Amino acid sequence: MPLMNSTSSYGLVSRLLHWGMAVAIVAMFALGFWMVGLDYYNPYYKSAPDLHRSVGIVLLILLAFRFVWRLVNPDPDRSALARLERRSAEIAHWGFYPVLLALMASGYLISTADGRAIDVFGLFQVPALFKQPGLERIAGSVHEILAYLTMLLAALHGLAAIKHHIVDRDPTLLKMLRSVPSSQS
Amino acid sequence: MRKLVTAFAVAVFGFLASPAIADIYVIDTKGAHASINFRASHLGFSWLTGRFDTFSGTFEYNEANPAESKVSVEIDVASLNSNHAERDNHLRSDDFFNASAHPKATFVSKSIKLTGQKTAIITGDLTIRGVTKTVDIEASHVGGGEDPWGGFRQGFTGTATITPSDFGMPNPIAQNPVDLVLEVEGIRQ
Ligand code: HEM
Ligand code: HEM
Repeated sequence: MPLMNSTSSYGLVSRLLHWGMAVAIVAMFALGFWMVGLDYYNPYYKSAPDLHRSVGIVLLILLAFRFVWRLVNPDPDRSALARLERRSAEIAHWGFYPVLLALMASGYLISTADGRAIDVFGLFQVPALFKQPGLERIAGSVHEILAYLTMLLAALHGLAAIKHHIVDRDPTLLKMLRSVPSSQS
Repeated sequence: MRKLVTAFAVAVFGFLASPAIADIYVIDTKGAHASINFRASHLGFSWLTGRFDTFSGTFEYNEANPAESKVSVEIDVASLNSNHAERDNHLRSDDFFNASAHPKATFVSKSIKLTGQKTAIITGDLTIRGVTKTVDIEASHVGGGEDPWGGFRQGFTGTATITPSDFGMPNPIAQNPVDLVLEVEGIRQ
């Protein structure tokens, strides 16, 4: 079980981060979408945003770690792919980082625009760095747009992965699923 | 006949004289001597207060005949401020004000009924979310006169109660009444 990536597959750390975050991000989208429509008297009216902010901050920390991890690890070899596929994979992979960072940062700016800190699962607080009343308006719009953009990017990226697995029958998806791909299926 | 002539003369005189007496005042939002505040019950346990930071307006004040006065105010709905960013975004959303589709709320007085030396009921059209309702403001004159900087001012205070759902706000809590507390000072032009 190699922790680091090799040129033939992703290591355990990358895979755990990838799938853990992928599930969490899609769940966060659903949670965010659902919670803004909640009725005031709904029992989850307070706890749903609390969970959304807490998970969001955890994801932000994981994203930072994942970015560093990505930089210090080898990138699995994609030279077998067509040039266009290689380029679009690179754009999608690297594109996720700034989009996710901006998504999480805009969420942070909504919650902290009034100077309030963000409480993360009651364990610690992230202070408000830029108290700027009114900033929540633009931050809220940006957050919503980026949330949809993230889902669009993830859908394209996921479909591409499935296409490689089913249509091309190459080990692209397997690289993200297990350590050493069985000498090519 | 004499009575009729007198009445006619009074009417003509009143018509000619009143515009001269009614002075126009601009509400002093620049110096922030005016505020539009609201107060809503939180579950019946406490009062939540907030305000609209940005608005503008004018009034005509007829000192000799205050019932002839007029007031109109335009409010930037998105400037709503309850000192909680997330709540303010929620209040701006379609659940309440739908501020992106209806950025302005307005109040235009229609009639004023004096109820005492310094008190009156101002009846007017309040428009929120594009829905216009008649609203009564219980107003009283606080004071007026020359300010130390060469201007002339009049100040009023008023309260009104509205039910936000009347203006089409769909959130169930919009069915609870909200008090408006208005502090207005105008500078004579
Ligand atoms: C994986 C990251 C995230 C995703 C996918 C996500 C997704 C969403 C979505 C879809 C909404 C509903 C938008 C709408 O329809 O108005 C939303 C709202 C919200 N999110 Fe996030 N979010 C993420 C991270 C964060 C973070 C890190 C925070 C704060 C620390 C945050 C705070 C909020 C708040 C406060 C709202 C309520 C919207 C408002 O008040 O304008 N989110 N989020
Ligand atoms: C929100 C959801 C997702 C995000 C943010 C995401 C993000 C990423 C990122 C950034 C990479 C590059 C490796 C890295 O930096 O860690 C990657 C690789 C990969 N992802 Fe995702 N992903 C998501 C969902 C999915 C889904 C649903 C699938 C499969 C159906 C998938 C399959 C893959 C595969 C196979 C790779 C490796 C591709 C290669 O190296 O050529 N991902 N993903």
